[in-house]
Amino acid sequence: MMEWLSMGGYALYVWTSFGLTLAALVGNLVFAKRRHDRILAQLRESQSTRQAEPRGTFQEVTS
Amino acid sequence: MWTWFHKLASPPHFYRMAGLWAPWFLALSVVGMVTGLYGGLVTAPEDYQQGDAFRIIYVHVPSAYLSLLAYVVMAVASAIGLVWRMKLAHAVAAGAAPIGASFTFLALATGMLWGKPMWGTWWQWSDPRMLTELILLFLYFGFMALRANIADRQRADKAAAVLALVGVVNVVLVHYSVEWWSSLHQGQTVMNSEATMPASMLTPLLLMIASFSLFFGAVLLHRLRGEVLIREANARWVRRLVETTPSMETVK
Repeated sequence: MMEWLSMGGYALYVWTSFGLTLAALVGNLVFAKRRHDRILAQLRESQSTRQAEPRGTFQEVTS
Repeated sequence: MWTWFHKLASPPHFYRMAGLWAPWFLALSVVGMVTGLYGGLVTAPEDYQQGDAFRIIYVHVPSAYLSLLAYVVMAVASAIGLVWRMKLAHAVAAGAAPIGASFTFLALATGMLWGKPMWGTWWQWSDPRMLTELILLFLYFGFMALRANIADRQRADKAAAVLALVGVVNVVLVHYSVEWWSSLHQGQTVMNSEATMPASMLTPLLLMIASFSLFFGAVLLHRLRGEVLIREANARWVRRLVETTPSMETVK
């Protein structure tokens, strides 16, 4: 096990590479999902403020 | 077939389908990566020249491959968007860019981490492979910066699409840089009749490349859902969706 972890003396380079890759994969997923959720939340916010306005202005905004 | 295609191009249907497919793409890619990593880090023998350092190949090559694949997807989508004025095509280009940029960065970083112990240097400015890959990163940044700084979405779509198409030249340069010019970077290992890798080394690599591609698909689907929502913000189906889905606070 220790021998495997030492990667023939290249442990620093090999494990940093794999660690960065893991971070990039997780980061991609998290940011993509977060962006979708944020857009949905923003739409909800703008929709609720719009609905509070009288009907006429609502139509103008959407057209 | 055509009805299927038309249905897919309808935004509400696409939005729903993307949400259904993404977890499957992700699950398959994770299974593939775990298997590929086991093969690459445990089963594969060490390289006769590079020892265990060669194992960086199992993350370096797939990320470099994705850096180009994402660009090709972005450029083809941009071309379709320009020619047929298809909104969804521009959304694909917009969604692919940040993913491509992140994997270009990863290819550069893992390349440096591999270069230091093998060549004795992290980076060499005169090297064509490294330089063209760095230019690729800047092309992604330029594409995203253009989108972010033009307020009118249609104009942003067009301007960014033109930039993406011009940058295709660089993709060709990245690919052939190791053949056309002398480079520190080694030649191609996969699909090369002279440099043969034993199956115990090659199979995990191919598996990793396939899994990274599936992962790209999963993230792209998630990003597309967001892009579709922005572009369809005023459509009735989006308004209904916003009303029916519980807000973030109630989910958490």
